[in-house]
Amino acid sequence: MRFFQHANYPFFEQRRKAYVVSGAIILAGITAMTVNVFTIGSWLNYGVDFTGGTLVQVEFTQPTTAGDVRAAFGGTDAIAVTRFGEGNAFVIRLPLEEEATVEEVSDRVEEQLAEAYGGDSFTVERTELVGPTVGEELQRKALLAILLSFALTLVYLAIRFELRFGMAAVIATIHDIVLTLSFIAIFRIEMLLPTIAAILTIVGYSLNDTIVVFDRIRENMHAKGARKLEQVTLIDRSLNETLPRTIMTSLSTLGTLLALLILGPVVLRDFSLIMFLGVILGTYSSLWIASPALIEIQRRWGLGTEAERPKRARAEHATV
Amino acid sequence: MFSTLRGRIVVILAVLAVSIWQLYSRGLKQGLDLQGGMHLALEVDDPQGTLTAEAKADAIDRAERIIRTRVDELGVEEPLIQKVGSDRLVVQLAGIDDEDRAKNILNQAAFLQFKLVLSTTKIAASLPRIDRAILAALGPEELRRLGADTAQAAGVPAGGRTVEELLFGSDTSGAVPDTGAADTAAPAEDTLPAPSSRPFTALLNAGDVEGTYLVATEDVPAMERFLSVREVLRALPRDVSLHFESQPIGVSARTYRRLYVLEREPFMTGEDLENAIAARDPQFNQSQVQFELTRTGGRRFSQFTGQHIGDFLAIVLDDEVMSAPVIRERIGNRGQIDLAGAPLEEAHDLALVLRAGALPVPLTVVEERTVGPSLGQDSIRQGTIAGLIGLVGVLAIMMGFYKMAGVLAVLALGVYVIIMLGALAGLGATLTLPGIAGFILSVGMAVDSNVLIFERIREELDAGRASRTAVDEGFSHALSAIVDSNLTTLITALILFQFGTGPVRGFAVTLSIGIMASFFSAIYVTRTLFLIYLSRRRASDPVSI
Repeated sequence: MRFFQHANYPFFEQRRKAYVVSGAIILAGITAMTVNVFTIGSWLNYGVDFTGGTLVQVEFTQPTTAGDVRAAFGGTDAIAVTRFGEGNAFVIRLPLEEEATVEEVSDRVEEQLAEAYGGDSFTVERTELVGPTVGEELQRKALLAILLSFALTLVYLAIRFELRFGMAAVIATIHDIVLTLSFIAIFRIEMLLPTIAAILTIVGYSLNDTIVVFDRIRENMHAKGARKLEQVTLIDRSLNETLPRTIMTSLSTLGTLLALLILGPVVLRDFSLIMFLGVILGTYSSLWIASPALIEIQRRWGLGTEAERPKRARAEHATV
Repeated sequence: MFSTLRGRIVVILAVLAVSIWQLYSRGLKQGLDLQGGMHLALEVDDPQGTLTAEAKADAIDRAERIIRTRVDELGVEEPLIQKVGSDRLVVQLAGIDDEDRAKNILNQAAFLQFKLVLSTTKIAASLPRIDRAILAALGPEELRRLGADTAQAAGVPAGGRTVEELLFGSDTSGAVPDTGAADTAAPAEDTLPAPSSRPFTALLNAGDVEGTYLVATEDVPAMERFLSVREVLRALPRDVSLHFESQPIGVSARTYRRLYVLEREPFMTGEDLENAIAARDPQFNQSQVQFELTRTGGRRFSQFTGQHIGDFLAIVLDDEVMSAPVIRERIGNRGQIDLAGAPLEEAHDLALVLRAGALPVPLTVVEERTVGPSLGQDSIRQGTIAGLIGLVGVLAIMMGFYKMAGVLAVLALGVYVIIMLGALAGLGATLTLPGIAGFILSVGMAVDSNVLIFERIREELDAGRASRTAVDEGFSHALSAIVDSNLTTLITALILFQFGTGPVRGFAVTLSIGIMASFFSAIYVTRTLFLIYLSRRRASDPVSI
């Protein structure tokens, strides 16, 4: 079975439409972030890993509702109660308190639940207590990790390809991160440690996709008769040649993620959702953002000019 | 030997054998999120920020040893105790069923001191100065807040006469020594200053045993706050320290805590302990910890108690008085700590921490995660089912799209999965939920490498090359894309490993191993399988792809 065997899509020409799509998603994301600032107090739905605080997951023996659970704590807005999965489990989130330690807060949760429901009618399945310093450190480290991976990718691609390839890949990656954050803001997905892992995986996946295409562009650039070809033709041809692989890989990854999303444990649900959106995003950005960016960079800053190319071609062959 | 067909098969079989052996002999360690357990991150408790970074690092080093001993005595299988950075200690205990108890054992300072009980007259002269120090140090706002909790206690206590009655009421001269005009500007008999102007003494009631005051239970938080003020400690006589008793006592329908006046310097600490065991006092059926002192400690103890027969001796654990028996005779190298009505288990735990030694500094929990075992099992079952279905789907797609080549790829992926599990077992990596996610992702990447190669072979065939040449060309042309894409992902994974903590790290480990294993699987194993496949056909036969 084969598809997209002789595809010939004008990806470069379509790039402006893609810019509009990306722009619209980013705009929706910024709107959602603004709304979030006013409704939940921060631009993303930061979980206890970042803000610090207490999370207690409780399984009740009798059916109950989130409203009832919240009422057990006096119904304050500071406490968030959400149903966990389809069963009778609830996740209770409490903010940090100035005077009390996280342990005192979690002890109080159990006391108050025992008062409202009786001591035997629930079991605590999971508790997460995170102090304020840990959250701050996490934010700093996540940012540092992303910046460092940018820098190293840029250097690696500049050595293996050309500087402009590295720049285009980093631009596409920034694009992916911004769009993923937009989705996270729109769907109010909770920002936790695994969420960061998911975002970084998307970065890795998208980069992987981009590099496969870049590899083909590099190869076609060095092929016979390539010098006579327009850059645009060359890049579109490379994209179309790799299209079967791009689609095939995306579909099989999406299939696995879909299984994980539908059948997987609730703990992994947000993770799978972000990954699912991210894989679609990564494929999209490799086709319409990363490769066009190559040409845009060349036109704007004149990197990777015609005169330079033959020299690099020989050098490149030696290293491959 | 790596390039001949026979050599290739030998290499693959060897790698497979090592992987299976590793998997079989070591097994896969499951993370806390899968099997349930507790994750704790501890830091040096230093709210005032007085410790230097080196001091903290040193304290954490010593705390690590103590905590390791305690965990070993607790009998947890394969605990993880690890220093993170220079000032944090991470402890992971799998399969713990009583988290509070475990936490208590790890976190308790267990600093044991033996101190002499002094008479309350030792601090009587300092009381007005302490009151003034509190008024000066704490703003009226905080005093009002603290006062609100204790409002009902500010009246005449039910338990006995107030300290003022004792000190200034009937016999002022005896209680107030010559500490200067300012201090002795004592109130006239009938005009005691209002309670708001003497926040400290207003909370003190006459004690029931020597060297103690009684503080109503509801006033204890306010009193503890006062005692944490530096100026208050400075106002106390230099050789005196104040400690609450650990258990409250009831006096005519109200509960109080005794506040002991003790000598500041302990004449002995837990360092001189040789051994400690839990026991039950047969006479009163009470839990107790019996301890034995070292030879030198015993000598000192015996000498000291001999000199202080008739005095009271306070046993202070983590700044709280456990008991303060009277010294009736010279005591040798044995003693006991009474735990009143506490269960025997508590005595066991106390004996354990006393044996392991005191933490050099108090530690505070900055992060705690516990997962119940049932939740973990549900997660792993669902994760496995989802992963398997996803995997089967991918394999079906591969075979559907690439026919015979797809079957070869599936075999190579099977080899990949075994290598991957073997490597995880061999490295002793723990399998966590994010780890499973990383695993699934790396399966995706392994599939991708095969797809890259197959598409390339198809292109070469389209270009009219013979089967064998097309396969060779396909592999060699796909190589650069696979190398570059795998290496960049590896870079990201390594950065994640470097900066990540806990679950992110687990994810990074599985992803890194997965990338390397998938590289081997796609480039070497699939190639070998192709060579086997081609060797059984003539060069002119078409490739099933």
